[in-house]
Amino acid sequence: MSVMGPSANPVFTARRFGWVILLAIVLVVLPWVLPPYQTILLSYGLIFAIAALGFNLLLGYTGLLSFGHSAYFGVGAYTVAFLVKYLHTSSMELFLIGGIVASAAISVLFGVICVRYTRIFFAILTLALSQVLWSLALKFYWVSGGTDGLRVPTPSLLGGLVGATKDKVAFLSHTYYFVILVAFAACVGVMWVIVNSPFGKALQAIRDNETRAAFVGIQVRRFRGLAFLISGLFTGLAGTLWAPLNGLVTPDIVYWPFSGRIVFLTVLGGFRTFTGPIIGALVFNYLETYAIAATTYWQFVLGAILVVLVMAMPAGIVGTVGRLGLRLRRAT
Amino acid sequence: MDLFVIQILNSLYYASTLFLIACGLTLIYGVMRIVNLAHGSLYALGAYVTAGVVLALDTIHPAVVFLLLPAGAFAAAAGGALLEPSILRPLYQRAEEYQLLATFGLLLILEDVMRFLWGALPLSPSTPADLLGSSTILASTYPNYNFLVIAVGFVAAAGTWAFVYRTRFGVLVRATSQDMRMASALGVDVKRVYVQAFTLGCFLAGLGGAITVPISGAAMGMGVDALILAFVVVVIGGLGSLEGAFVGAIIVGVIRTLGINFFPEVELAILYLIAAVILLVRPVGLFGRP
Amino acid sequence: MTLLATSKLTKYFGDTHAVDRVDFSVREGEVLALIGSNGAGKTTLVNLISGLLPPDSGTIAFRGADVTALPVHERIQAGIARSFQIVNLFDQLSTLDNIALPIFSRKGKIRRLSSLAERDSTVRDEAQEILQEFGLHHKVSVPAGDLAQGERKLLDVAVAYGLRPSLLFLDEPTSGVSTREKAPIMDIITCVVRAGRITAVVIEHDMDVVFKYADRIVVMHQGSILAEGTPEQIWRNEQVTTTLLGTRPSA
Repeated sequence: MSVMGPSANPVFTARRFGWVILLAIVLVVLPWVLPPYQTILLSYGLIFAIAALGFNLLLGYTGLLSFGHSAYFGVGAYTVAFLVKYLHTSSMELFLIGGIVASAAISVLFGVICVRYTRIFFAILTLALSQVLWSLALKFYWVSGGTDGLRVPTPSLLGGLVGATKDKVAFLSHTYYFVILVAFAACVGVMWVIVNSPFGKALQAIRDNETRAAFVGIQVRRFRGLAFLISGLFTGLAGTLWAPLNGLVTPDIVYWPFSGRIVFLTVLGGFRTFTGPIIGALVFNYLETYAIAATTYWQFVLGAILVVLVMAMPAGIVGTVGRLGLRLRRAT
Repeated sequence: MDLFVIQILNSLYYASTLFLIACGLTLIYGVMRIVNLAHGSLYALGAYVTAGVVLALDTIHPAVVFLLLPAGAFAAAAGGALLEPSILRPLYQRAEEYQLLATFGLLLILEDVMRFLWGALPLSPSTPADLLGSSTILASTYPNYNFLVIAVGFVAAAGTWAFVYRTRFGVLVRATSQDMRMASALGVDVKRVYVQAFTLGCFLAGLGGAITVPISGAAMGMGVDALILAFVVVVIGGLGSLEGAFVGAIIVGVIRTLGINFFPEVELAILYLIAAVILLVRPVGLFGRP
Repeated sequence: MTLLATSKLTKYFGDTHAVDRVDFSVREGEVLALIGSNGAGKTTLVNLISGLLPPDSGTIAFRGADVTALPVHERIQAGIARSFQIVNLFDQLSTLDNIALPIFSRKGKIRRLSSLAERDSTVRDEAQEILQEFGLHHKVSVPAGDLAQGERKLLDVAVAYGLRPSLLFLDEPTSGVSTREKAPIMDIITCVVRAGRITAVVIEHDMDVVFKYADRIVVMHQGSILAEGTPEQIWRNEQVTTTLLGTRPSA
């Protein structure tokens, strides 16, 4: 885990690899250890981790704060809902293909528009565009189901080989959990390669010094556009995985406070490291669940945490823990 | 014909509300380069405070009810005066993105504060509206209270303009917004200008909420909805421009009124699209300076 | 052979003629010093040629081809690079990464997202070599933002050098460092430039540096070229010394 920023060398030591293997084993074994509710809860966390990973490619690595990522999550989720509604299919494979294609299309469209700007204007533009989608989802109720939303039944895998079972909870907490886990692992792997590739370094260069990036031959706008596309794709995939898990798709997930939530959990975990967004998504997942259970004023709790984070701990959880760890190591 | 007149009045009513919120937002950005995501929440706070006060005391005397109306504006102003030095000031030196994050956190906090104080159910302090009755315009009736809202909007526009362009404080505000460092070097107490400008902006937002609450009521989430619309106005008119907020409010008011009547499904979408198009074609807005 | 030639290149900032119908040329292989008082237009000229600013009128020809309308990345591909007076580095990236980037760019590898940057040994080795030449090899993993000022100035030049340009513009490479650091920095730079047979244009204020390292000098004043010639010619040029007000260098 790097503390200086995503740029530090990704030391691929045996020790690190050991931790990853251990974690993988734990994650695989969990459905037989935990009650179904907990596994499903973790599934939600992993989905948001995928969304946050995508989001952070733009924020942490390219230096662009998007307040409109609910658009891609929503497109991913609604694509699944539309496939169910209009094609009467429940094939997970079709869901994934449809979701990815749709997210890519919207990301390209919005990206071409948005990357001409940076900073505040970029943020507001992403917000405005996501609101366009939200208002369509809300108002065209005969297509989108309006505020009632659209139902999504449990999907079938491998063309019906693994069918939509009668026991929905068992399906979601076992089979579907593994679908999400595989997707999560794939996303982590792919994103890790991307941020450590020459392209990833170029994005960080653009983040650090846009002018100099141009003067080492990087076509800044094009790279930002590509980062935007990848970012939207990951978040859209998260939405696609989310729809069958949640069972219901409503305009809430396209509404801008949902984008704020993605921003929040990334900042919570720390946007300057690779693992920060993953940790942030998981922590937020449990924080929100238990906060909602503990008090009706959980928004206050989240808001207060965010303000404290920004004021005192801009490095987020992972960054701050990392810094403390570094200090500890230096002291001993 | 009278439908046409009603539409114009509705547009002006709506524009008036929007102007009050957007004016505050643009003033704050113009002076301090801060984008306050919690601005809509201060509008909502104004609505809730006035609603609470009117509902509690409306049986006293009709005139008192009208005197109580601005209560929300003062509450929002007080809120602003507290928030700026405590939460926003430490962030000026840091990247703009941190302001967005911090003010988003504020938004979440304020939403729940309002829910805690006034509950989750909507409030309808309709007494002031009822008291003023309605007039007959050609063949239709129109609430007289709406005229009051339109009037307040215009007075606020004129007042803010006069404040910024005709008073000594306004000179300081303009100087600070044009060149903060130079103003500071020339002896302007920038910290004071900032907190005063922020308070004024919050006052206007709160006034917007307070003056419209007898008609629209106060409900959860109104701040969030209002913020986005205020953004659209400010993007169209130009971030930091008073004239822009005025013109932008009228444009959005007209489009919204026409939209609700003639193409209700896409009315919202069209507004956001216009904002997006303006950001593409002329990002500084109609009246903004690059 | 003339590597670069501008023809009536002009840039206004409001009413000011920052660069006023300038015919500026650079010969292949030379180290040219561009001098003049503050506001003479030196940096603006370099900004125009490197592509940071668009000219109001006039043309720029590089190796005979018109590059006036080319975007920055295409000028870099053509072989023009520059360093910056106020250091422009990727502060959160390591020193090595800073140098690796122009190398990836030059080799057309910068768009790759399916391979790990650290694993590319060709690029890493070349980056290490360049750092060695610039005396920065002991700071390989240090983030650029943590380097000392003198090291940052060197790195700024090294990043441009990593592009292996034909024509390298150096904007005040020794400004902002203490006097005793200037000569070592300049020594490294000229050594590298001459070894790589790179044509260099150096904007400098320090006349000692100028007269020690330049093959040819171009003097700018108020947006125009006042004089050009060898150091001796410029030394003897009364107009130049009067305009630049007592800048006769020591020894």
